[in-house]
Amino acid sequence: MAKTTFETALKQLEIIVKEMESGDLPLEQALKKYETGIEKVRYCMQILDSTEKRITQLTRDLDGSLVEAPFDHE
Amino acid sequence: MEQPKSGHIYTVSHLTREIKTILEDRFSFVWITGEISNYAAPASGHSYFSLKDAQAVINCVMFKNQKRSLKFALENGLKIFGLARLTLYEPRGSYQLIFEHVEPEGAGALQKAFEQLKKKLGDEGLFDAVHKQPLPYLPQKISVITSGTGAAVRDIIHIAQRRFPNCCLQIVPVMVQGDPAQNEIVCAIEAVNQQCSSDVIILARGGGALEDLAAFNSEIVARAIFASKIPVVTGIGHETDSTIADFTADVRAPTPSAAAELVLPEKKQLARHITDLHFSLSTAITQKLAFFHQKVDDLHSRLKSPVQVVANVKQTIETHFLRMQHALDRQIFHGTEKLSWISQALSGAAPQLQTRTRQVADLCNHLAIAIKTCIFENKHQVRQAAATLAALDPASVLKRGFSIARTLPDKKVILDADTVAVQDRVEIILSKGRIQTRVEKKIHGKDNI
Repeated sequence: MAKTTFETALKQLEIIVKEMESGDLPLEQALKKYETGIEKVRYCMQILDSTEKRITQLTRDLDGSLVEAPFDHE
Repeated sequence: MEQPKSGHIYTVSHLTREIKTILEDRFSFVWITGEISNYAAPASGHSYFSLKDAQAVINCVMFKNQKRSLKFALENGLKIFGLARLTLYEPRGSYQLIFEHVEPEGAGALQKAFEQLKKKLGDEGLFDAVHKQPLPYLPQKISVITSGTGAAVRDIIHIAQRRFPNCCLQIVPVMVQGDPAQNEIVCAIEAVNQQCSSDVIILARGGGALEDLAAFNSEIVARAIFASKIPVVTGIGHETDSTIADFTADVRAPTPSAAAELVLPEKKQLARHITDLHFSLSTAITQKLAFFHQKVDDLHSRLKSPVQVVANVKQTIETHFLRMQHALDRQIFHGTEKLSWISQALSGAAPQLQTRTRQVADLCNHLAIAIKTCIFENKHQVRQAAATLAALDPASVLKRGFSIARTLPDKKVILDADTVAVQDRVEIILSKGRIQTRVEKKIHGKDNI
């Protein structure tokens, strides 16, 4: 889900900034857009920072079930 | 054209040309396989050789331009497979093959299989753009299907961590060459799809010979890539290598490193972009607020309170009142001035009745007095004159003995003797009666007596 919403959020943010910069918005709408924009900024930054650094290895067990374990690449 | 039995005789050239036309039309392009012999490469850069099999031999040539694309050297004994035009060389009456494309025969078979599979899958639509899935903008998890020990996996991990330090990678180790390779790759793709926790798959392998890439040219791998619900990015071999897997993948990267770069955005850049947008957003709202502030201030300053309105009206009224008062004052002043001026003028012009009346009275008195005096004096003079007159009365003088002599006939009183001549008639008036006489003598001088 997050994979689509990061891009969506970023696009929405870009659109909001464009709209805000065009300057035709009434104040109430501008404030609302600003709030939404800030939310998007927080959201995007959170996604950028929250992704946990992880390198795993996907293998199948003897019984055929999938096993994901840390991958040692050093 | 040919006219059998009619005695038509060909010239050598004519016949040769006819043969040439027939040959070249019939065998314009042919795929041919055979073994090279009598190989010669003169300074011109072209290659001349014979192609033979057990029963026959054909002269061949490959020109310099076509040789450029060769990935191997032509040599005697080499079995080749290639595309050629058949031509007839008229000066020597010999036909020969001009090669456009040549491959070693072993590779040629592989290549042919490749072309066939490519055509088959292409015809089925496995490479069509409509089936290409878009890559996620920012994948949360990336599955890497490749050898667990090769350089490719290290490169991908390195690039991924450089671009997005806290990215999440899942390595799915597989054999990338050898017979089990294609099955392992297929299983890996299916396993990742089954687990369904990744946003994108990188299918990678370092460079190798065409034979080493066999797994990536296999049909089952192509079908597994096509069936994958998760987008697949290939990074196989070197830039020049093209595999069936590359054609089937949603996005094709030239190398494993390039695949990692393609899949992962650069975190720094992304963060900067968001920061920029954040800044733009804040700037925009600040400007907007400032704008509205100013607008409200402006309108506020233009909005008049009732007190001010009343004050303004008051002031206006006062102004009008003052102007009115001034106007009135001025008018009164002018009027007064005019009036005083006129009254002065009037009073200056008015007769002084009392004085004049008194003067008249005085004059009346004077007049009366004067007339009385005048009358009195005249009476007196009359009385004196009467007296004088009485004294002067000739009758009385005549009574006292005096007489009056007058010339005749003009009756002028004679006072001087010189006024009469001798013998003039003279009348003498006496107290009683008159005498008429003539002058006898005249005695001159003053003395009369």
